[in-house]
Amino acid sequence: MPTNLSARLCTFLLSLFLIAFALPAFAGPFEDAVAKFANEDYSDTDEAIGVVASSGNKLAFPIISALQDGRLMADPDSKKVYVTGTDGKSIDAATGEPVASVPDSASAVRLNNRLRRSVDAALGSLTLQSPDLGARLQAAQSVYKSHEETALEPVEGALAKETNRSVKTALSEARAAILLFKSDATEVQKLEAVATIKARGDQEALALLSDIGTDQPASVAKAAASAIGSIQSSLAVWSTVQNAWYGLSLGSVLLLAAIGLAITFGVMGVINMAHGEMVMIGAYTTFVVQEVIRTRYPALFDYSLLIAVPLAFLVAGAIGVVIERSIIRFLYGRPLETLLATWGLSLVLQQAVRTMFGPTNREVGNPSWMSGAFDLGQITITYNRLWILVFTLAVFMILLAMLRYTALGLEMRAVTQNRRMAASMGIATSRVDALTFGLGSGIAGIAGVALSQIDNVSPNLGQSYIIDSFMVVVFGGVGNLWGTLVGAFTLGIANKFLEPVAGAVLGKIAILVLIILFIQKRPRGLFALKGRAVEA
Amino acid sequence: MPTKPIHDIAASFSRRGVLAATAGLMLGLASISGAKAADDTIKVGVLHSLSGTMAISETTLKDTILFLIDEQNKKGGVLGKKLEAVVVDPASNWPLFAEKARELITKDKVSVVFGCWTSVSRKSVLPVFKELNNILFYPVQYEGEESERNVFYTGAAPNQQAIPAVDYLMKDEKVKRWVLAGTDYVYPRTTNKILEAYLKSKGVAQEDIMINYTPFGHSDWQTIVADIKKFGSAGKKTAVVSTINGDANVPFYKELGNQGVKAKDIPVVAFSVGEEELAGIDTKPLVGHLAAWNYFESIKTPANEKFIKDWQAYTKNPKRTTNDPMEAHVIGFNMWIKAVEKVKSTDPDKVIDALPGIEAANLTGGTSKMLPNHHITKPVFIGEIKGNGQFDVVWKTPGLVAGDAWSKELDGSKDLIGDWVGKKCGNFNTKTNKCLGSGS
Repeated sequence: MPTNLSARLCTFLLSLFLIAFALPAFAGPFEDAVAKFANEDYSDTDEAIGVVASSGNKLAFPIISALQDGRLMADPDSKKVYVTGTDGKSIDAATGEPVASVPDSASAVRLNNRLRRSVDAALGSLTLQSPDLGARLQAAQSVYKSHEETALEPVEGALAKETNRSVKTALSEARAAILLFKSDATEVQKLEAVATIKARGDQEALALLSDIGTDQPASVAKAAASAIGSIQSSLAVWSTVQNAWYGLSLGSVLLLAAIGLAITFGVMGVINMAHGEMVMIGAYTTFVVQEVIRTRYPALFDYSLLIAVPLAFLVAGAIGVVIERSIIRFLYGRPLETLLATWGLSLVLQQAVRTMFGPTNREVGNPSWMSGAFDLGQITITYNRLWILVFTLAVFMILLAMLRYTALGLEMRAVTQNRRMAASMGIATSRVDALTFGLGSGIAGIAGVALSQIDNVSPNLGQSYIIDSFMVVVFGGVGNLWGTLVGAFTLGIANKFLEPVAGAVLGKIAILVLIILFIQKRPRGLFALKGRAVEA
Repeated sequence: MPTKPIHDIAASFSRRGVLAATAGLMLGLASISGAKAADDTIKVGVLHSLSGTMAISETTLKDTILFLIDEQNKKGGVLGKKLEAVVVDPASNWPLFAEKARELITKDKVSVVFGCWTSVSRKSVLPVFKELNNILFYPVQYEGEESERNVFYTGAAPNQQAIPAVDYLMKDEKVKRWVLAGTDYVYPRTTNKILEAYLKSKGVAQEDIMINYTPFGHSDWQTIVADIKKFGSAGKKTAVVSTINGDANVPFYKELGNQGVKAKDIPVVAFSVGEEELAGIDTKPLVGHLAAWNYFESIKTPANEKFIKDWQAYTKNPKRTTNDPMEAHVIGFNMWIKAVEKVKSTDPDKVIDALPGIEAANLTGGTSKMLPNHHITKPVFIGEIKGNGQFDVVWKTPGLVAGDAWSKELDGSKDLIGDWVGKKCGNFNTKTNKCLGSGS
């Protein structure tokens, strides 16, 4: 500790420490506090955290951080407490002496939410001058959150030495937060504090300013109220941006689920009720890939999705080809029978997966690059949603290019526009049918890989997407990929702007009603196909 | 509790014949017909969905009853006869529950039925059990407001789960602001109504309560999690009380984790999330979020450890989890055995009269008792999610809590009691001293 007081405290404790060594029977307040960790009582643990953190003892940091990670072991019988290092070696928490092994009767000291907050606050003031930039930033933020008066001095000390700009800002915000709640801070200090926190401008600033209580000087209360007002109005603007982002994100999920259907239903005209199950099969492929990786090649885990994408395409595509060859090709031109057959098929597939993998959800992990979020202005953007949006657009572009520029794409378009003419030009129409259906199913499988990141992987996964998928395809215009794109994003954004106003349930109903009205007006959707293909 | 996803295509197409035929075809093997079995066995009906959306939760309960019957038969059965399970599959189809219940009672002549998960399936079979006078043990936590002569409720009533959980948050976490989030159907709506009344009676202002409902299988939680964060930024300690239904929970918790809502800032206490639901999620970002139940797998008692060991041996799966509704079936099954042994008969009328007052050990070290209102006494535990998908008990009620059939918090039901011993009535009004009778 840099300041005089803490330095003196340090020396004092150090001498205590030496005495403790000399006379083992004597235990200082630090040792007493450490022993309290072994009491298996939350309030005792809380007390111990406070004493240890403010003791100035050099063991304080290892003890508290071990407590946070569940590495602080306590033996309730002997009241001995041990710190197990990340390297597996252990020390006696009271003395710092290395020990050969932690006794079996010791177990990790348990935490609850209240204690986790105490631990954060304690670690905050202990790591304010850590050499690690991230640790300092986190420390400043946890001090901001706990804003306990005792942290004022360490914060000011750290502020004087800090060179990094963002940590400096965080520290001055932490200082402002403490001053705002300090009963004997001057009015000027408090007004400055309000201004600092106002500049932060986010929800946590709002939370802090709304919580300052009624015993503040009139001028401070007034400044706080006006700061709250201005933060709220800027957040309101941001929330519109946020809704638009959520809409794009929902739209990308809808597009991803619908894009395969746009091929099988939109291009081929097959009412494929088993489309959702292809999505589910893609998700289960991801699960299997991750299981193999977890057991055999754990280092590859971050690439699991990249490996799963082509496999899911192949598995779902192959199943699609089999379905087309064995069931659907006998039912072309009979929509009602196709509907019933594919629906029956969807139940069979669900039950098959349930029998093979069990009825419960399967865990599909998020690779590290798909976890967490970053802040853009005042909105939070989660990585998994962002990647799904990017991925969806990529899949869409590839599919579009394939239909436009490859021989298979040309044949597909030819067959769907005029089957008999295409056949007489020498195209093997039944092969093209099988491949088209396989392509649509394969893309549904790819969608399953992405959806496994945000939804349950259970046998029912597909059911929740089938209605939405049909909605998007019909709304966008059957047979038109661009229509599916516009349709998906329109529905996504409309849904997200309705949701805060009407609630999730009413919002969904409102969207359905709007679509019904729209289809009344334009039965062929947003982008209707024109020309002879329509009648064919 | 509750309906899980009705979001099901099956429901929208509701062609019962087709569904039943398909399900029957696929699960032909699962249905064991007991019709031609010998008369020297006592038949026990198992009415849990083995296919469809509810299979995720109910299959385990079917296995639990088969396990319990197996254990009982090893001990020599009951009244000198072996027990025999009759398993049917109502396929998550509510009207089919009633048909299958009728089949169990009239065709297979079962002495008792263990079954149902969703409230709507329970409501669907009620008239059948009344008409044919048989016994149903219902093992799932539910919204209360019911007490029937033929039904024994071994799951939690709201006062055995929701109210203690809110009390814990108020006292230990000093929560001042509440988000009541649920799936849009009868169990969350009734529970939230009870909770809202309870919170207001404790002096919580209307603007400090936010109620939010979402459809079944809701998977896009971005807006709602952002709303919760915003609601939580008013400077008062905020908590979320979640009656969100099983399937929608995984995306909900994933979104919470990704948007950085930590349990130490805004804790979420859930009533429908147990060990099985957590099996599908990486729980490390969720450490500290809470669940309220009457049983946790992690509770260390000799009875529980033995149960888990035997169960995993029976299912030949060393990782198979146990959960709260399973424990409810254990208690219910043992109570039924004791009642049958007491009256030396499986005649439903005699067993129904014998059951109130019967005690059976629960797996967490106490003794649960069947009450005259056909609910049981249970301990209430608050558990925190741990990194390994299990729960760490952080709080429990000092003793057992008696289940209230009728909530004391709601105007419409606070004067009602269920008493099948003295009053012979499920909805006796203590103010007017009248039995409302059936139809309410």
